[in-house]
Amino acid sequence: MSLLRIENLTHHFGGLRAVKDYNLVLEPGQIRGLIGPNGAGKTTVFNLITGVYRPTEGRILFEGRDITGLRPHRIAALGISRTFQNMQLWRHMTVLEHVKVAQYSQITYGLVGAFFGTARRRREEAEIERKAYSLLEMVGVARWADQVVTNLPYGVQRRVEMARALATEPKVLLLDEPTAGMNPEELKEMIDIIRQVHDRLGMSIFLIEHRMRVVMELCEMVQTLNFGEVIAEGTPDEVRADPTVIEAYLGKEVEVVA
Amino acid sequence: MARNQAKRPLAGLRSALAEVPLLGWLLGMVAAVIVEYLVGAPLARALGLGRVPLLFGVDLLFKSPLLVPSALAYMVLVYVLPVGSVALVTRPLANRAAEKLMALSPVVSVLVHVAVFYGGLHSWALLNDYRVLVVKLTLLAVMLTLSLNLVNGYMGEFSCSHPGFMALGAYTSSVLTVLLFVGSERFGPALLPSALGPFLFPLALIVGGLVASLGALTVAIPSFRTRGDYLAIISLAFMLVVKSLIENLEVVGGARGFMGQPDWAGLTTVFIWAVACVAMINSFVRSTMGKALNAVRDGEGAAEAMTVDTRRTKMVTFLFAAFWAGVAGGLYAHVMRYVNPGGFGLQKLAELLAMVYLGGLNSVVGSAAGGVGFMLFSEALRPLEIYKWIIIPVLLILVMIFRPTGLIAFREFDMVSLVRPKGAPTRRRGVPHVAAQD
Repeated sequence: MSLLRIENLTHHFGGLRAVKDYNLVLEPGQIRGLIGPNGAGKTTVFNLITGVYRPTEGRILFEGRDITGLRPHRIAALGISRTFQNMQLWRHMTVLEHVKVAQYSQITYGLVGAFFGTARRRREEAEIERKAYSLLEMVGVARWADQVVTNLPYGVQRRVEMARALATEPKVLLLDEPTAGMNPEELKEMIDIIRQVHDRLGMSIFLIEHRMRVVMELCEMVQTLNFGEVIAEGTPDEVRADPTVIEAYLGKEVEVVA
Repeated sequence: MARNQAKRPLAGLRSALAEVPLLGWLLGMVAAVIVEYLVGAPLARALGLGRVPLLFGVDLLFKSPLLVPSALAYMVLVYVLPVGSVALVTRPLANRAAEKLMALSPVVSVLVHVAVFYGGLHSWALLNDYRVLVVKLTLLAVMLTLSLNLVNGYMGEFSCSHPGFMALGAYTSSVLTVLLFVGSERFGPALLPSALGPFLFPLALIVGGLVASLGALTVAIPSFRTRGDYLAIISLAFMLVVKSLIENLEVVGGARGFMGQPDWAGLTTVFIWAVACVAMINSFVRSTMGKALNAVRDGEGAAEAMTVDTRRTKMVTFLFAAFWAGVAGGLYAHVMRYVNPGGFGLQKLAELLAMVYLGGLNSVVGSAAGGVGFMLFSEALRPLEIYKWIIIPVLLILVMIFRPTGLIAFREFDMVSLVRPKGAPTRRRGVPHVAAQD
């Protein structure tokens, strides 16, 4: 059984068709990529998978269970986590608090614990904190644990977001342009982190990227989206050589450069 | 040279003061109260004050400004010097005591500190009825400020319905106590022996709080479906509806108000409720569940994607805040022993908002400071009557311009580290290290 299976997903924003007949099969442990020009509907696909939008048609199966139309926090708690193109960190909170709050669904002490501070709460909070630190160490930002995120350099913020996404204990991790706005050095570090996280925690990763280099290095399979439709699917090398892709995606860039 | 010598004793004093644990300051406070009892009245006469300044002299600020220097002298002689000297002298003793208490159990230590504080506060207030009333109202102000801060600060929504929740709590608990234990012309004789009353009074307050929560539910259901200004508008409407509802409800006296509440809200009762309120809210906002509230405020989409049930979080918090507003309202009704719907209108809302925004958003410490500060300030401005309502809003605007998050934003109480002994690190070795989440 595949981990995540999307069948004939279609979504309209009013009269605008953002995604049409989108299909995906994601196997456990796989790393897949989704590329395409701006406005192709890549982020919309992510928003549909994570429950931000309810699809107009089609269904999404996660571990064989139909999760179409579930609220986002339920889908996240089942094991689909994500990062955002623009990070969406919580600006008044510290790095540690980010990674703690993302463990929300694992809290069992309830309101009694929250209001009265029971022994169970102390135990769970200690466990949450321990796990938070181990994730922060994994992505290399533990020394900023008590800093408010807005004070940190961009690359560090990106990694904090990664740690936050991992704290929900995902089986599928959706990365929305994880290297956006990074210089070559930061980019290399981020690729290393993604690979390391994948090797250590073994989840499936589905990532949106603009840079071919990242896709080439990480992904086994790549889909190309244009105007909401998949126009090519295959290994990175196949996709790169595909004339329709070059026309839709790379071709366009040549025009802009010229 | 001379300046250096003058500096050194001052630096010595500062480092000595830094070694005074909280317990030492509390002992100083008790000492000051005793000094006031012993020499307060004759000293006040000798300084030309006539009588003991009731609220640290702030009540004289506008009433008789010429007496302010004498009041200041009184403050130094009766409060500052005794507190300072006792705190300094007892500092080794207080540190050892704090250490012993901590070794026993942090909870016991916190309780002892609260008890000593209450002892001082109680004896200080008991000198005069006016002081008792102001202390009670200040404690209630702290409860109300804190519960409103939960919604407007921690959750980042803008709620205007707090006076409405207060009114619901005040009227519910008043009707209960009068109907059950006091009796009145309209309600007939008391249904239960009044001797039971003081024991069941907490229950009446809790019921009042629950009714307020129920009212909050009617605001929350339509407003938390979407984000935006809906809550501000709906909650404002709710407050006005509650007010006019009570005005037209003849059973509880309509616009004339409702009186005859039994005198059960003594200083001790109010203090215990206030401590319970602060402790519970403080505990909530420091838990990861409470931090989820900040996540909802700073980015609801991201919070949902990170498994936070945002609707439940907002709902629970709003109802919880309303509960405490209702309890505070019930206590207020039994402190004043009279309530009228006019007291739960826009002016009350303005007061509460001023306390929250002056004190500091997203802050338990700030709410306590805001409540106390505002009450003192408001007592100082009392002689100016209606002009008070020009000065307070202007002050609020100034705070918003120069310190938009308020005076003490983003700070909670960490009681266990507050009651820790201070001074040389060797002395701390015996103290068990307690995780910050206690």
